[in-house]
This record gives sequence, C-alpha cells and structure tokens, in this order.
Amino acid sequence: MIEIVSGSRCVTCDVCVAVCPTNVFDRGPDGVPVIARQGDCQTCFMCEAHCPADALFVAPLTHPAPADSPFVDETHLVTGGLLGSYRKEIGWGRGRKPGARLAVGPELGAARITPAALS
Amino acid sequence: MTSEPVPLDLTADVVVAGGGPAGTWAALAAAEAGADVLLLDKGYCGTSGPTASGGTGVWYVDPEPAAREKAMASREGLGGYLADRRWMARVLDQTYENMNRLATEARYPFPVVDGELYKRGVQGPEYMRRMRSWVKRAGVRILDHSPVLELLVDNAGTVAGVRGHRRQHDTGYRVRAGAVVLATGGCAFLSKALGCDVDTGDGALYAAEVGAEMSGMEFSNAYGIAPTFTSVTKTAYYGFATFFRGDGTPLEGAGSQGGRSVIARELLRAGTVLCTLDQATPEQRQQMRLGQPNFFLTFDRLGIDPFTDRFPVTLLLEGTVRGTGGIRIAADDCATSVPGLFAAGDAATRELICGGFTGGGSHNSAWAMSSGTWAGRGAAQFASGLGAGTHRRRLTAAGGAGLRPTGTPRGAGWGEEAILVVREQVHPYDKNYLRHGDRLRPALAELDAAWSALRTGSGAAGAAAVRTRQAAAMVAHARWMYHSALARTESRGMARRQEFPGLDPAQHHRLTVGGLDEIWVRPEARETVAVAS
Ligand SMILES: Cc1cc2nc3c(=O)[nH]c(=O)nc-3n(C[C@H](O)[C@H](O)[C@H](O)COP(=O)(O)OP(=O)(O)OC[C@H]3O[C@@H](n4cnc5c(N)ncnc54)[C@H](O)[C@@H]3O)c2cc1C
Ligand code: SF4
Ligand code: SF4
Repeated sequence: MIEIVSGSRCVTCDVCVAVCPTNVFDRGPDGVPVIARQGDCQTCFMCEAHCPADALFVAPLTHPAPADSPFVDETHLVTGGLLGSYRKEIGWGRGRKPGARLAVGPELGAARITPAALS
Repeated sequence: MTSEPVPLDLTADVVVAGGGPAGTWAALAAAEAGADVLLLDKGYCGTSGPTASGGTGVWYVDPEPAAREKAMASREGLGGYLADRRWMARVLDQTYENMNRLATEARYPFPVVDGELYKRGVQGPEYMRRMRSWVKRAGVRILDHSPVLELLVDNAGTVAGVRGHRRQHDTGYRVRAGAVVLATGGCAFLSKALGCDVDTGDGALYAAEVGAEMSGMEFSNAYGIAPTFTSVTKTAYYGFATFFRGDGTPLEGAGSQGGRSVIARELLRAGTVLCTLDQATPEQRQQMRLGQPNFFLTFDRLGIDPFTDRFPVTLLLEGTVRGTGGIRIAADDCATSVPGLFAAGDAATRELICGGFTGGGSHNSAWAMSSGTWAGRGAAQFASGLGAGTHRRRLTAAGGAGLRPTGTPRGAGWGEEAILVVREQVHPYDKNYLRHGDRLRPALAELDAAWSALRTGSGAAGAAAVRTRQAAAMVAHARWMYHSALARTESRGMARRQEFPGLDPAQHHRLTVGGLDEIWVRPEARETVAVAS
C-alpha cells in the first residue's frame, strides 16, 4: 500500500491525484497530496511510476505497514535506493531508455510440477 | 428522464464505459469511424485495470497458416472444446493489425529481436499511457474518476445513454448517446489482485438490468499466485518454481499450471505453502527481470531473492478477469442482445476464443483489443443509423439494486454488508475453486439473501452509490457464477466439480445465464451456436 509522500521531493504537480485508479489521494492544503483513503489502495504501483519527482513509495504489502516498519521510514528508503526504484526499472524519466525496449522474457515451456522427492 | 436534474449534461454519438485496453481500442475505432466519442473511466484511463499495472503477453501470431493452426489448436482441449475457430481467426487477424498499428501509429517502443520488432507482449504502464494519448489525438473526450452508475434506455428499450458520478468533483453526470460500449473489465471481487480492484463487474450488472445475457459464468474461478500479503499476481514465472509445505518437504504435484489446486488444498489444510524459483537458469533469471520488472518489485522491496530463498505464497481471486465469463456476444460487431449496447474485453465472454479455459497469458489481451475495435466500430455505425432526433428521446434510468430499492430504503449500509458476504462466500478456495455442490448451494443461499437485502433496501446517491453499485455487481456475478457452476454437472475447462470429475459429452455446450431477482441458466441454443460458427 502507498506509505510515503515525500514533502521534500514533491513538486505539487497533482499527477498522483489524477492517476491513482482508486482515488486514494487528496490534494493537501500546501499542494502536497495527502493519503486520504489508504484502505482503497490496491498496491498497483502506478502512482510511483507516474510521479516525476520520485516522491512516492508503495510498500509491497496489501495491508498498512506497521509504525516501526522500514517501509514508513523515508531515510531508510532513500539510503536503500528504493524511492523511485520502479520508475528506474521501467526506464521512465528524462534521459532513461524505456524499459519496454528491453522487455523480452524467457521462453515459457510447460510449468514444472513439484516432484515427490528432490534429487 | 425521471430523476432530478444533473449538473453535467452531455451528449455523444458513442459512450465508452471503461478505459482499459478494450475501452481505448473501442474509443479509437469509434472515433475513426467518424463518431463523437466520450470515454468514461471509474479510475484513470491509462493506469486503471490489470493491463496498465501488470502488462500482458499478447496472442500475436504471424499470418502464416501453420503458425495460426498451431495457435488455434493450442488451448482447444483445455477449454473443453467450447471455443470457435472462426472467432479465433478473426481475433488473430485483428490483433495482428492492431499490434502493428501500435508500433507505427502509437510508436510503442517494442524490443528488437533478431532484427525484428518483438510484439508478443506489452509493458503495461507504457502501453496504456500510449493508448491514452492516441485516443485523445483521435478526438475522444475522456472523463476520469467518473464511474458509470447505470444505463439509460428509450421507450423501445434501446440503450441511449448513461448516468454516473464524478467522484473528484462530487457531482453527477448524464450522457445522452447513440450507443454505449461496456468495457468495464471483469470482476475480481475486490481481492487486491494486481490492478483489479477497479474491476467489480459493473458493466455486466448494467447490461443485465436492460435484459442482456451472460455466458460462461461458470468459468470464473481463476486464482493468481502471489507472495503472501502482496498484490503481484503475475503467475507465469511460477512455472520455474518448486513448491514446499510449511515443514520444508516438497509439495508433490504442485505447479503454477496443472497443479494449482494442489496449492489451494495445502493452503486450506495447513495455511502455508512456500516456493522458490529454482528451476530458472542464470540466463533466464536475467531475462525475467527485463521481461517483467514489476514481478520483482515485491521481492526486491521485501529483501527476498526469489531464486534461492523460500517464500510463502497465496492465491488471490481474479474471477472473470482471468476467467472467461461475461456478457454474451450476439453478433460479429460485439453487439449484445440489447439494441444500442455493445460489449468488449473482459466485460464480455471470452469463450469464443478460449472456451472454458483462462484467457490469461495472451488470449485476453488479444480479445480486448479485437473486441474493442469491433464494438467501437459497431457502436459508431449503430449511432449513425439512428438519424435526427437521437438526443431528443425520452429516457428512463435502468438501474435497480443499490440505487432504487423496491422496499423500505435502509441506506447505503447494505453495500458494505454485501461486500462481506462476497468475501466469505466467493473468495474461499473450498467454495469457489475446489467446487462441490454441497458447498456451492449454501454459499448461493447466502448470496441470494444478500441480493434480496440490497435490492429491497439499499438506495444510495453520489459517492455512496458507487459503492452500493459495486456491491450489487459483485453479488450478481457471484450468483450467476454459482448458478452456472451448479448447472454444469461435469468438469470442463476450469469449471471443475469434485463430485463430477469427468467430461460429459452431453454437456458440450455453452451455458447462458441471466436475470437478477430470478436467475435462469440454459444451454446456448444450437441455432445461436450455428450462427456464430
Ligand atoms: C496480474 C494479471 C496479469 C495478466 N496478464 C495477462 C497476460 O499476460 N496476457 C493476457 O492476455 N491477459 C492477461 N491478464 C488479463 C488482462 O489483464 C485483462 O484481460 C485485460 O486487462 C482486459 O482488458 P479490459 O479493457 O477489458 O479491462 P480492464 O483492463 O480491467 O479495464 C477496465 C476499465 O474499466 C474501468 N471501469 C470499471 N468499472 C467502471 C464503471 N462502472 N464505469 C466506468 N469505468 C469503469 C476500470 O477503471 C478500468 O479502467 C492479466 C490479468 C492480471 C490480473
Ligand atoms: S506525482 Fe509526485 S510530485 Fe506530483 S504531486 Fe504527486 S507526489 Fe507530488
Ligand atoms: S499504489 Fe495504486 S492504488 Fe495505491 S495509491 Fe498508488 S496508484 Fe493508488
């Protein structure tokens, strides 16, 4: 679920307010969006992909992160390179090569069925 | 119109409800056919729906006879022989054309493999942001965050517009239209599967309220694999997985395809299934990262190495999003059985090309863009055939449950209660996945009671109505699903019954289902099948 809107990074462009499919954000009084309806967040990472300032962080959990979780600690996320990491992976942002250009996965054969004993 | 005046009163030749791949291709085709098009999305056209967040493999096959034959034959058996070769061929042709246009006209940055553009998949965010700009360039007007709440019909029962709510402005809207395309996606029952919470099956409810029929609703029990407590139900790469019980012993027979029910059974029995993607070679591991970066988001953020660590997995309900049931298609232009109403993408049945097997992995995306193109074109043609006076018709609002109670109104609260009933009766693996009549019947009774409470007592307006209508749509879906599942006393495609494990040649037909207060199921008429083949 969405956990962080970084007030120091946000450029108050309202993009996340517009693009969130489940309408989780409201525009805050200072222009920085507030997470108004976290319970409606579907953990789809689309706001992160579209934020031009790498100001958002979506924890990979379908429930709110506990108060002592590293997912709500902005400093930890910045040090770990996690803020803006999805955008980087898909090659969005100035000067980056669109990830779509490289998106060729492995050939998929029949799925493995787990055997009774592993050799 | 019978209801109170609305702040935003619009007209359009064609209204498209839903802005995923099906809706955007429909809007584009309608605009190219000369129609004035309005696209309405509950969320945001460009990010909303599982294609935008998940990305899709695409059934893109070179028009070379041997390759096409192989592609058509590939899922026929799995689908219980309910698909139709003529429709498959049409979809393969249309998909080929659309994907090529995506490269040339929308300049989608396809990868290059052996000197050629590789068009067997699209990355979700990139695909859908390009579809959004493309439809805007074509002159389509888009209203985001504007869920459609109901259809409007004229005196003859022809669909002639929609009414809805603009949730970021907290105002209503009404559109008079020459034709309506429902492209609202499937129904995943608010399970939090990737990008699916916008897909509560609204379009099918609205269609049923004007008399349209559903088909294939028994093929609605798709569950996707995700790491426990996460949303990323990207199942393809679990083909490289070995599964384990909680005690570390191998879970014999488990697999992402052909062994998923083993996972469900173990989750029911013990609550824990672990897995590791140990079958991927180092080269495949690298390709996987490039192929689907969002598959790795959860792992990277949780500090899991999916190739060496054992991590817990769960199954999330994807309902008719990766199942194949939906609104029955009555003609080649994706018209429904109701004049003025067209259906595309997951809102429509995909049995025509998948039979009773999942359309995930490639068929659904091809269906979305093909059916969207045909529905958009068909709707434009229908609208232009109406002539003058189109927008002067007297319109009646068709919505029932959640809007206009038949008994004493008890407010919007029933919506939330109905959602709880759906969670308890539809999400559990022992009811919807591992199906048995003894468990389906009591579940259906609970859902029938929830429907009747909603129908008689729930009446809401504005933002609250968005929720009551979603609840009504999900309960309606669940009831169509279980009625159809009970009617199919055999195991065909993904509709398996524990007490009827075999295929029954006498039931080699599609099931049509319809109705709301009273639900009926019947085999699709032979004549209808004949027309479509
Ligand atoms: C994780 C995942 C992976 C998948 N991978 C593949 C794959 O590899 N290949 C494949 O072929 N298929 C795949 N699928 C299936 C595929 O994503 C869908 O078939 C496809 O998105 C259907 O497109 P659509 O336009 O019909 O619906 P959607 O993409 O679901 O779009 C529906 C749109 O309608 C809007 N809407 C809903 N209700 C209303 C309303 N009341 N009013 C207005 N708008 C409304 C929604 O906001 C949304 O924008 C996958 C599905 C999932 C969940
Ligand atoms: S998209 Fe990013 S920069 Fe724009 S308002 Fe949202 S958080 Fe701020
Ligand atoms: S993750 Fe998706 S649903 Fe959640 S806030 Fe971001 S865009 Fe909205």
